[in-house]
Amino acid sequence: MTLALALVFFVAPNDADQGFSQRIFYFHVSIAITAYACFGLGAWKALVHLWKRDPRADLESYVAVHQGLIFGTLVLLTGSIWAKISWGHWWLWSEDQLVLFLVLFLFYAAYFMLRFSVDPGPQRANFSAVYALFGVVLIPVSFAAIRLAKGLIHPVVFTLHGPRFHGWILVTYCVAQVALLVLAYTLYRVELAGKRLDARLRELRLA
Amino acid sequence: MTTAEKYVTAAYCAVFAVVLLYVVIIALKLQRLEREVDELTEREPEEERELVNVG
Repeated sequence: MTLALALVFFVAPNDADQGFSQRIFYFHVSIAITAYACFGLGAWKALVHLWKRDPRADLESYVAVHQGLIFGTLVLLTGSIWAKISWGHWWLWSEDQLVLFLVLFLFYAAYFMLRFSVDPGPQRANFSAVYALFGVVLIPVSFAAIRLAKGLIHPVVFTLHGPRFHGWILVTYCVAQVALLVLAYTLYRVELAGKRLDARLRELRLA
Repeated sequence: MTTAEKYVTAAYCAVFAVVLLYVVIIALKLQRLEREVDELTEREPEEERELVNVG
């Protein structure tokens, strides 16, 4: 993470079009892809739960969605700051790509409302798993919206022909992306260990 | 410092603050769990002693 920050602020050159404000991109895009990865992992674990009826997979799915929501918050936060510099607005309701990401974010926020409105047990695990699986459909929609938007004011950095940057910009982005994925995975493992310990303690107290 | 520099710094500080807040919450939770494990470990020998006395 330190290396990523050093590259962002001291090595990566200023963008010819956006200037200094483009430096938000290194973390904004990396965080967005990390959030998608977390939601994807949540959906995969949900599928494993429905398939094998493994209660561990339900907990793993829940923790992955929780991580995705935290990274989703950061996407909205960094995106709004970038929008304020580049567009002069914190948020534009007219832009489909922003609204679609917000829909994805709110959809997963509602996952927690659903989960905590049902008593713990197999029924809650099944409801949560089905909901997490439905949510994953929104990821490609949100990803494609940036490319299909008519306004096209949200920059597109990944095309079918590869990334639209190279040199130090590409190196900095790759380092930031790896750093954020590692951070997300570490936080995921720590939270999962805590949740498992909590569940085990509850069982011991009841025994 | 230009306006763009201020906003970029604010964005990175916001990311750092959110991650730090999350880590602090997790650390507090793990601390609570550790305390509960200690309580259960202390209670175990007492319960065993009570069972021996009853037996």
